[in-house]
Amino acid sequence: MRGFLTDSDHPNYATVAADCGINESLPSAERFHKVTNMQPIISISNVSKTYKGGFQALKGIDLDIRRGEIFALLGPNGAGKTTLISIICGIVTASTGKILADGHDIVQDYRAARSKIGLVPQELTTDAFETVFDTVSFSRGLFGKPRNPAHIEKVLRALSLWDKRNNKIMTLSGGMKRRVLIAKALSHEPQILFLDEPTAGVDVELRRDMWNMVRDLRETGVTIILTTHYIEEAEEMADRIGVINGGELILVENKAELMRKLGKKELLLHLDQPLTSIPSSLAAFDLHLRADGHELIYVYDTQSERTGITTLLRGLAEEGVRFRDLETRQSSLEDIFINLVKDRT
Amino acid sequence: MNIHAIRAIYLFEMARTWRTLLQSIVSPVISTSLYFVVFGAAIGSRITEIEGISYGAFIVPGLIMLSLLTQSIANASFGIYFPKFTGTIYELLSAPISFVEIVVSYVGAAATKSIILGLIILATAALFVPLRIAHPIWMLVFLVLTSVTFSLFGFIIGIWADGFEKLQIVPLLVITPLTFLGGSFYSINMLPPFWQTVTLFNPVVYLVSGFRWSFYDQADVPIGVSVAMTLVFLSLCIGIVAWMFRTGYKLKS
Repeated sequence: MRGFLTDSDHPNYATVAADCGINESLPSAERFHKVTNMQPIISISNVSKTYKGGFQALKGIDLDIRRGEIFALLGPNGAGKTTLISIICGIVTASTGKILADGHDIVQDYRAARSKIGLVPQELTTDAFETVFDTVSFSRGLFGKPRNPAHIEKVLRALSLWDKRNNKIMTLSGGMKRRVLIAKALSHEPQILFLDEPTAGVDVELRRDMWNMVRDLRETGVTIILTTHYIEEAEEMADRIGVINGGELILVENKAELMRKLGKKELLLHLDQPLTSIPSSLAAFDLHLRADGHELIYVYDTQSERTGITTLLRGLAEEGVRFRDLETRQSSLEDIFINLVKDRT
Repeated sequence: MNIHAIRAIYLFEMARTWRTLLQSIVSPVISTSLYFVVFGAAIGSRITEIEGISYGAFIVPGLIMLSLLTQSIANASFGIYFPKFTGTIYELLSAPISFVEIVVSYVGAAATKSIILGLIILATAALFVPLRIAHPIWMLVFLVLTSVTFSLFGFIIGIWADGFEKLQIVPLLVITPLTFLGGSFYSINMLPPFWQTVTLFNPVVYLVSGFRWSFYDQADVPIGVSVAMTLVFLSLCIGIVAWMFRTGYKLKS
């Protein structure tokens, strides 16, 4: 699923880049990192949503999405991820707040705002009796674009759907249907693409394919916002991560910075002789025994002034504890996420 | 105006008609032909004339109206209900398209199907009975006005319905009885005076009467009243649809 749309397919990006004085001869990835620092492509101010029954799904969300980035919105089920996306796309009405998409108010100037956005919903909602080509062409027309079979062909080929173009959607597998939804969302050449749980229920191979596709799309200038509760996905794909829980945006951070700030490291020592307990002289360290006392784990904060490793190793030597090997491990985004959400509940 | 979107929805809906040709066109034509056989030939042979028109010819406008009403409602209600049922409505709500454009495309497609159907039934009727159309322009005006009005009504039902049962309730329990009691098969002048008055509360009476006038220049109620009542019902439907979209009734939370 490599080799997606080329830059020339996105005249809007080219215009934006040119407007901002970005050299078109630069490699595309470099250009987008420059574009990243410009005005946000989506600006969300104080958005709240209270449903009829009184359930408050979103509580005063403020968020800017940068042009050209991949932004992952992480959160447990019911956190408000889909509600937020649905509001931006016009499917749900916000109770309060304001949203701009590429500078256009999503309510007052909804035509301009929505024409920039493509949405791939979480559910596999398709017109079962339509053919792949027809349903993708329909989406293009719906978003106000004239017929362009050449573009539809390009999208379908990029998503490995060209061979299935005359098949009715009801005959396709779940993975293929997911691709059809992506093709529909890309049919009108959007600048912003929302992927709501794009890899929920798909096999590992397709998931990898999707990640490659998302990266390729980003290279063409499309800003991508994906919601997921697969931490691995956010860790693999995102430039920035927002964590949402209980309708509140807990944190927004560059992925690398987030992992650096909140990441803990583990030092794992493989002992020569098993220990039955931690020596009392080392009680001050955050130590745990594992594997029947054959492994000693020390958890430390990479951001603290002193990690304590030197002192620990010295203390172990004094106690006569010898080890055969050692390794360190960075805590995953999943650990960070669980800790963040746990702290709030 | 998002012309491309209107075109896309309209063609999408029309494609569904051709895909389901048997249910959409053939089935109503067969049903109507059966009405001709039963009412026109079997019963009609025992009724000589009504107001100078042979019974077989007399019931043609009423039968066309019966099909127009039921098919307009069925087409439009299914057209908007099905995306709600499958979930593909998300695409419609997130597209850069106004509510007016949505209504024009869905109702336009449903009304087109009904008009085509009405004309096919008219052609079929000509095979069974001698037909004459006194006011062809007015006949077309009534055909279009009725199709549009009841397609709008069907659109309202499609948005209101949250199950297939509800889609059926109004056409079965309201429209069909009103049509049968609306003078499709008889002149309301044949009823006792009390029931003639009661019948005037049935809006279908005005549609059938007006439509029959365009054929035979004879009407149960004045033609001006028929046109006015049709326009009143059309305005009422437009008002309800406008309210539904303004409030997001059963479409947006």
